[in-house]
Amino acid sequence: MKSDRSFKYFSLSITWFWLVIFSLLPYGLVITASLLHHDSSHLMQLPFTLMNYAGLTNKLYLTIFEKSFYIAGSCTLICLVVGYPFAYLIARMQHRFKNLLILLIIIPFWTSSLIRSYSMIAILKSKGLINTALMWLGIIHQPLPMLFNNFAVISGLIYNLLPFMVLPLLTNIERLDHRLIDAARDLGANRITTFRKIILPLTMPGIISGCILVFLPAMTIFYIPDLLGGAKSILLGNLIQTQFLVTQNWPLGSAMSILLAIILAVLIALYWYSTRGKKEKDLL
Amino acid sequence: MIARLSTPTYLTTIYLFFYIPIIVLIIYSFNNAQFSLVWHGFSLHWYQELFKDRDLWVAVWHSLLLGIISATLSTTVGGLAAVSLYRYKFFGRNLLYALIFILILSPEIVMGISLLMLFNIMKVNLGFWTLLFAHITFCIPFVIVTVYSRIISFDKHIFEAAKDLGAKDWMIMRSIILPLLWPGLMAGWLLSFTLSLDDIITSYFVAGPDFEILPLKIYSMVRLGVKPEINALCSITFMFTLLLVVLSQLLLRKKS
Repeated sequence: MKSDRSFKYFSLSITWFWLVIFSLLPYGLVITASLLHHDSSHLMQLPFTLMNYAGLTNKLYLTIFEKSFYIAGSCTLICLVVGYPFAYLIARMQHRFKNLLILLIIIPFWTSSLIRSYSMIAILKSKGLINTALMWLGIIHQPLPMLFNNFAVISGLIYNLLPFMVLPLLTNIERLDHRLIDAARDLGANRITTFRKIILPLTMPGIISGCILVFLPAMTIFYIPDLLGGAKSILLGNLIQTQFLVTQNWPLGSAMSILLAIILAVLIALYWYSTRGKKEKDLL
Repeated sequence: MIARLSTPTYLTTIYLFFYIPIIVLIIYSFNNAQFSLVWHGFSLHWYQELFKDRDLWVAVWHSLLLGIISATLSTTVGGLAAVSLYRYKFFGRNLLYALIFILILSPEIVMGISLLMLFNIMKVNLGFWTLLFAHITFCIPFVIVTVYSRIISFDKHIFEAAKDLGAKDWMIMRSIILPLLWPGLMAGWLLSFTLSLDDIITSYFVAGPDFEILPLKIYSMVRLGVKPEINALCSITFMFTLLLVVLSQLLLRKKS
């Protein structure tokens, strides 16, 4: 019997059409643009050059990259240290409220991160919740400067991105075979050894995917430094935004984005390496 | 004793961290005072101020329109893609997987600038259409993941039975997949709708002056400083998305 293939071709061609036109082609354009000359009257111009990549080593940009790495790195580290035990406790929970607790982590993931960042201002400002509470308790006498500095940016980023660390970890830890932990304990391993030799390697894919989902957005969500960091706070995301919308140097902005893509590629390679030989490769 | 108490304490602290800022925001949207953290009594003043703002309502309308159209189209395309990924072996299947995976992981700013370049080269004026195409594009991978996670729980024998009885693929899609996949598609639609309503980064690059949307309007208001009207606006938006999340979770859970 000859089967009718029109549905298959119909749905596949729509999918491919959309992804080629609106994803592959634009990404190709970014790569091409990063290799072109900047021209104030035409935006971009031939011939091809590597000048934009050389331009990334400018001292001003290097300072910004360094600061972005520092801020995104501390944010990722804190999310991991705080989020891992949190995810572990929830994943191992045998309680009827478990699903509700998971839903409560998902809710911030779905709601506007701009609004949640804005709500941080009320907490951090000099007459905000924390300062008022600390002064009322008599712990401090002067309000602590918590807004418009790196502290505020890192807190805002953690606040926004913690669910992105917790959710992949949660899925990963739930799949963990508990018998392996019992076996390790039976064979005389203490808690630390069990964690280091069994739990940590098995949850490495979750750790890496959580780190990808936190680290890259941390460098590029430009409105958080903009709102919480004050005027002088510029991270990679703000820099790319400026290149595209203010100084109109698209080739340089593209080269900066390619830098981000390279970081992403390295992290994905790490993920692949950590899941090698396993069937479960799904990241999300 | 300490060990038994430390788990709930730790979990509670994290949840408080997630929710206190939002709760504070909502409480202060009802405060009858301009800048103070001190409670000056319950008032709907800031909500009234908000309702008088014409521009804001235009932005709300634009956002809802954009959200509904882009959610519908991205659910259609993403749904078809998920069904094809599940049912067929085809050339480039692994490439499609990889692409979806990369699209979900890659920073939104890269999508924003790449689409800005595309629209610039195609000489499309920034506005409704560019926002629509951009929103559909960033929603599709999320729809595919949501719908796919639902469809893999299906019994493959149903399709074989339908085929044996002579059903063509269109028929199978209409009479078997669509009715069974309905909750998954709804969840995908709601996820796309909220993603579209909340998106700032991609929209920031592809929005034009003629078509203002709510998140960008809120962003420009928030940048000018803290005002109680914004508290009210943010509270309403938050409650609205909360409603959608709960709805979508109910849809997803019902049959699983």
